[in-house]
Amino acid sequence: MLLLRGGLVFDPSTPSSGVDGFVADVLFDGRGIVVEVGPNLDVDASRAEVHDVAGCWVVPGLVDLRAHLREPGQEYKEDLESGLAAAAAGGFTAVCAMPSTNPVNDNRAVTELIRARAASLGGTRVLPFGAITKGLRGEELAEMAELREAGCVGVTDDRRAVGAGLLRRALEYAATFGLVVMQHCEEPSLGGGLCVHEGAVSTRLGLRGMPRQSEEAAVARDVRVAELTGAPLHVAHVSSAGAVDVLREAKARGVRVTADVTPHHLTWTDEALVGYRTNAKVLPPLREASDRDALRAGVADGTLDCIATDHAPHAPLEKDCELDEAAPGMSGLETALPLVLRLVRDGHLPRARALEALGVAPAKVLGREARVLGGADVTVIDPALAWQVEAGALRSKGHNTLLLGEPVQGAARLTIVGGKVAFAR
Amino acid sequence: MRGFRSPHLLDIASLGRQDILQVLDAAEVFFEVSRRPVRKVPTLRGKTVINLFYEASTRTRTSFEIAAKRLSADAVNMSVSTSSVSKGESLYDTCKTLEAMHPDLVIIRHQASGAPHYVASKLRCGVVNAGDGMHAHPTQALLDAFTIRRAKGTLEGLSIAIVGDIAHSRVARSNAVLLRSFGCDVRVVGPRTLVPPRFAEAFDVRAFDRLEPALEGADVVMCLRIQRERLSAALLPSLREYSRTFGIGAAQLALAKPDAIVMHPGPMNRGVEISAEVADGPRSVVLDQVEAGVAVRMAVLYLLAGEAERPGVEAEGAA
Repeated sequence: MLLLRGGLVFDPSTPSSGVDGFVADVLFDGRGIVVEVGPNLDVDASRAEVHDVAGCWVVPGLVDLRAHLREPGQEYKEDLESGLAAAAAGGFTAVCAMPSTNPVNDNRAVTELIRARAASLGGTRVLPFGAITKGLRGEELAEMAELREAGCVGVTDDRRAVGAGLLRRALEYAATFGLVVMQHCEEPSLGGGLCVHEGAVSTRLGLRGMPRQSEEAAVARDVRVAELTGAPLHVAHVSSAGAVDVLREAKARGVRVTADVTPHHLTWTDEALVGYRTNAKVLPPLREASDRDALRAGVADGTLDCIATDHAPHAPLEKDCELDEAAPGMSGLETALPLVLRLVRDGHLPRARALEALGVAPAKVLGREARVLGGADVTVIDPALAWQVEAGALRSKGHNTLLLGEPVQGAARLTIVGGKVAFAR
Repeated sequence: MRGFRSPHLLDIASLGRQDILQVLDAAEVFFEVSRRPVRKVPTLRGKTVINLFYEASTRTRTSFEIAAKRLSADAVNMSVSTSSVSKGESLYDTCKTLEAMHPDLVIIRHQASGAPHYVASKLRCGVVNAGDGMHAHPTQALLDAFTIRRAKGTLEGLSIAIVGDIAHSRVARSNAVLLRSFGCDVRVVGPRTLVPPRFAEAFDVRAFDRLEPALEGADVVMCLRIQRERLSAALLPSLREYSRTFGIGAAQLALAKPDAIVMHPGPMNRGVEISAEVADGPRSVVLDQVEAGVAVRMAVLYLLAGEAERPGVEAEGAA
């Protein structure tokens, strides 16, 4: 038995929770299921592992929809052991692994390898995404029925946008087997793949950029394709104000579309590139303050359902180079909470919505349910804990974050997976 | 004369007006040195200057090399074709290797914007940007300013038209930053495919898509080289059409002030961005720019690698 004493509980499955939460104890039974949530539970303390979590927030386990765990194939950047340790330390009880491994996760064997490795490690759960197309080549569909049987929860070609015709077939075929399709939205012929926003900053720095219209046009097109099929589409890492507008309008029309945004797109703008800082090189690119503000508003009103890390760890020399050569992406599993909590503290995001966007909402995208009462995965967040983001403090092998060397506030106190403590600090 | 506040020359934006004037004033001295019978001073004797060129550029590399040699520095050229660069060595490793050779200055030209900034962050010695991607070409802007000041007597408040491929031009960017800091009216002009939509905002200049308003009353007309690869990128239909619409010939030059000068960073495509008549005409200062280049680069090397508080060069002149 596990007992969490005196935390502020946010639980959509408990009617009295509300947006401000309520102070209560949380009791896991011997099977690891939360069987009771209520104030001052009468529990025989000698028979339970008791954690005093007064001042902390107790929420349904956080779920990351997008992480690059790099195994198999690129273990020098990250492996499942370091990636899952980072996820647990970041408060995530489940993390979706992107299929851009080597070999690509486009078949049962790779999915099974990832799941077996993760099972042997314990702790945070891995929810693999398979590829939409074989080898991420954008040609033939991957064997999605088998991917589903092997344990994939969805399909995506990761950072490669799938064209309209193929996306239609992917949506139809994936829906047949209950898989969600996650799409990186960009128009390849309009600055596709460029990790710098085309604007005044890129013009000043002499960098080729991707205009926001590349994403906006692709999102507009892809929600229409989703509408055609009636199948669910998830739009990954939205970066532009116009895409938020398109999504808001599509949702109002009843299109089955969901979307996520990263903590870094909610925090920084293209000004972070000044000085050619390679840690600001991400795909899609960091855009302007007007975009960032629209993204925040999109999370606040639920247009952007989820916050996902897009965790992209890299080896030091892949960022210690000229900007053109630098690998795109930011390490994000361990900094998501402090970044989101800062947005909450600064009044940019309502607390309950931010917590939902990190847990309940991404679980729902995957057709799962995240809850405290009746659930087994719970995250306890200490919103006040101050710490310094530095190489030695990170479990991920990827130290590529703009936060490196910065003081932050907020972290996971306890990450509980299947009723067991996977991480404690 | 004192050295720079910064140990590097990476872009114009990190220089103040005083730094710029300091370079131009020092260059006046070296300009005279270059016209002496013996064009060599011992200023940088014992100093090692490495030219690290990742892009082919005979003129700029030669200009830096002559500048270094006239200052008695030991100048060494490393170019892509003759070094490990062609074997795919990372810039990180190249920096470590250079560092082990204890250079006093590294002059770098690189196709990636910001590469000199990276190199400067890795090396203990000074770094001079000889052109990085589309970002900056500070010595070109300084030599252009030197040439303009000589021709016009001042840099303040002039009207300057920069014509052509603004989008891809580090020369346009560095010139825009420098000339704006002297209050010049900087106009950039070209077909809209070659003038980025945010350029005017980013550099606080005026952008035009017709020559007439851009050239009207201009003191200086600066032509930029049109690269043939702009055709395949669907930025221009043909060099012929470019020449007809944005090429600078006598008729176009007549739109500018009667005493306007014409500049070109070279190498010129005669008959494309500039007519032969204008290029060789009395208002062309193209060769003055080349001569200024050596003097300005001598000044830059001197200010970066010379000893602080060193006495003026006239006293050391070898002539």
